[in-house]
Amino acid sequence: MISFAEVNYFEPWWVQIIKSIVIFAVIFAILPILIVYERKLLGRFQARYGPNRVGPFGLLQPMAEIVKFAMKEPFRTATSIGLLYRIAPMISIVTAVAAMAIIPFGDVQHVFGQEVGLYGIDVSIGPLYVFALAGISFYGVMLGGWASGSKYAFLGAMRGAAQLISYEVSQGLALVGVIITAQTLSLTGIVHAQEGMWFFIPQFAGFLVYLVASFAETNRAPFDLLEADSEIIGYFTEYGGTSFVAYLFAEYANMIVVSAIAVTVFFGGWLMPFGIHPPGWVDPIVVLVKIILVFTFFIWVRATLPRLRYDQLMSLGWKILLPLATLNLLVTAIVVAS
Amino acid sequence: MSPYNPSDDVIEVVRSPAPGPVAGTYRAFGETLRGLKTTFARIVEGPVTIQYPEEKTPVYPRFRGRHKLHRFEDSGLEKCVGCSLCAAACPADCIRVVAAENTPVNRVSAGERYAAVYEINLSRCIFCGYCEVACPFDAITMGHDYEMSDYTRSDLIFTKEMLLAEPIERTPLRREGE
Repeated sequence: MISFAEVNYFEPWWVQIIKSIVIFAVIFAILPILIVYERKLLGRFQARYGPNRVGPFGLLQPMAEIVKFAMKEPFRTATSIGLLYRIAPMISIVTAVAAMAIIPFGDVQHVFGQEVGLYGIDVSIGPLYVFALAGISFYGVMLGGWASGSKYAFLGAMRGAAQLISYEVSQGLALVGVIITAQTLSLTGIVHAQEGMWFFIPQFAGFLVYLVASFAETNRAPFDLLEADSEIIGYFTEYGGTSFVAYLFAEYANMIVVSAIAVTVFFGGWLMPFGIHPPGWVDPIVVLVKIILVFTFFIWVRATLPRLRYDQLMSLGWKILLPLATLNLLVTAIVVAS
Repeated sequence: MSPYNPSDDVIEVVRSPAPGPVAGTYRAFGETLRGLKTTFARIVEGPVTIQYPEEKTPVYPRFRGRHKLHRFEDSGLEKCVGCSLCAAACPADCIRVVAAENTPVNRVSAGERYAAVYEINLSRCIFCGYCEVACPFDAITMGHDYEMSDYTRSDLIFTKEMLLAEPIERTPLRREGE
C-alpha cells in the first residue's frame, strides 16, 4: 500500500512562526560550536591542541574570527558586477538555511495543548525539496565566481559547479533507494518506516554512495578542491570580510543539512537504538547528537584523506558512484517489487 | 661513446599487475580504513604540543645558553681576574673587558686584578662557548637560559652585574635518561 505523506497544517500560524525561530536559533547557535569543535578535533587528529587561547579552552575562537572578518575593509575588484557580487553569497546562505526547514527533530508532540510537529514543515516531497534548494545553491557558487570579475574565480566556479552537479546525481539516486524502501517521500514517514531497522543496514550501498557524494556536495575533504584553502583558487577568491564569512557559514550550514538528512534517512532520525522509547522531548536531543556524530565522521575523514585530483574526482563520481547508485536502485526496486 | 648497455647485474623492477576494478575498490576501501585508524590513533595518543610560555622545553646539562659569571662560594670574591682571554677567544668579538688593580681596600677578585667592566653583547654572541673554554679560572660558563629577547639592542648588552646575578626564572633541566 502506498501511503501519501500527511502534510501537517493543523498548527496555528503562531506555532509555525515560533517553530521556525527556534529551529533557526538552534542552528545558528550550533554553527560556531561546530566550527570550534571541528578545529579542536582536527587538532587532536594531528596530535596538537587546536585553538585554546581565546576564552576558556578556546571556545570563543569563532567569535574572535567573526569580529576580525567584520572589521575588514569591504574590498572588491574593479571588474566585479555589483549586484550579483553581493547577492551570490546570500543565495548560498538562503538555500542552506531553507533546507533546514524540513529536517524532522521529532515526532508530533503535545505542547501546551497544541499538537506541534518538531520540524519546520513536513513537505510531501521531502528530499526533492532539499535537492531543489541544492540546485539553486549552485547559483551562489556560479554567480559568485562569475561576478567577481576575475578569471581565477571564474575558473574556480566552473570547476565547482561541475563537481556539485556530478555528485548531486549520485546523491539523489542513493536516496531514491531509501524512498523506494520506505514508500514515502515525507521525511517523517521515512523515519517512521525505520522503526524496525535503520535504513543504513538494508541500504548500505546507498548509504556509502550518499556519504561520499555528500563530502563532494559540501566541498569537504577529500573533495575540497573547490576551495582548497592553501593551494588553488576557488570561486570565492575575490571575497573577503563578511561576504567570505557568508560562504563559510553556508558551507557549515550545508554540512548540517547533509548530516541531518543522513541521520533522518539512514540512522533513524529521532529513534533510539535497541528499542528504547524515551519521552518526546528527548527526540531533538537524539537528532542533534546523531548529527554531531555524523559531523565528527566528516572531520575524521578530513583529517585522514588527501585531496583528490580533478580527473580522479570526476571518474569517481561518474564511473563508480553513479553506476553503484543505479545498481543499488535497481536491486532495491526488484526486491521491493517482488 | 658506446650506447648505454646495462649488463646482467642491472635487475629489472618487477611490479605487481595493476588491480582490476573489484580489487582496486577493495584495496582503496581497505586503505581508507587503515588511514582512518591511523588518524584515530593520534587522538588516543594525545597532543605532543608543548605550550611554550607556560611549559618550557627542558634543556640538556651541556646546553649553551646565556653566560654566567661566578664568585667563590666561600669568600664571595669574583673568579674573573680580568685577563681578557675570553675576549681574545671570542670569534664574534662580543666581549669587552676592562681590567683594574685590586687594592687592599677594594678587593673584588681573588687575583691581582679584576674586571672593572665586563660586558657581553648578546645580540652578537653566537653561543659557541669558546669563552668558557678559554677561561683559566672557570669564571665564565654558559648557562641554561635561552629567553633573551628584548626590545632594544642596548638592552642586550649584559653588564657584569647582570651576568653575576642568578637568572630570575630557572630553565628546566632534562633529567637523567630523558
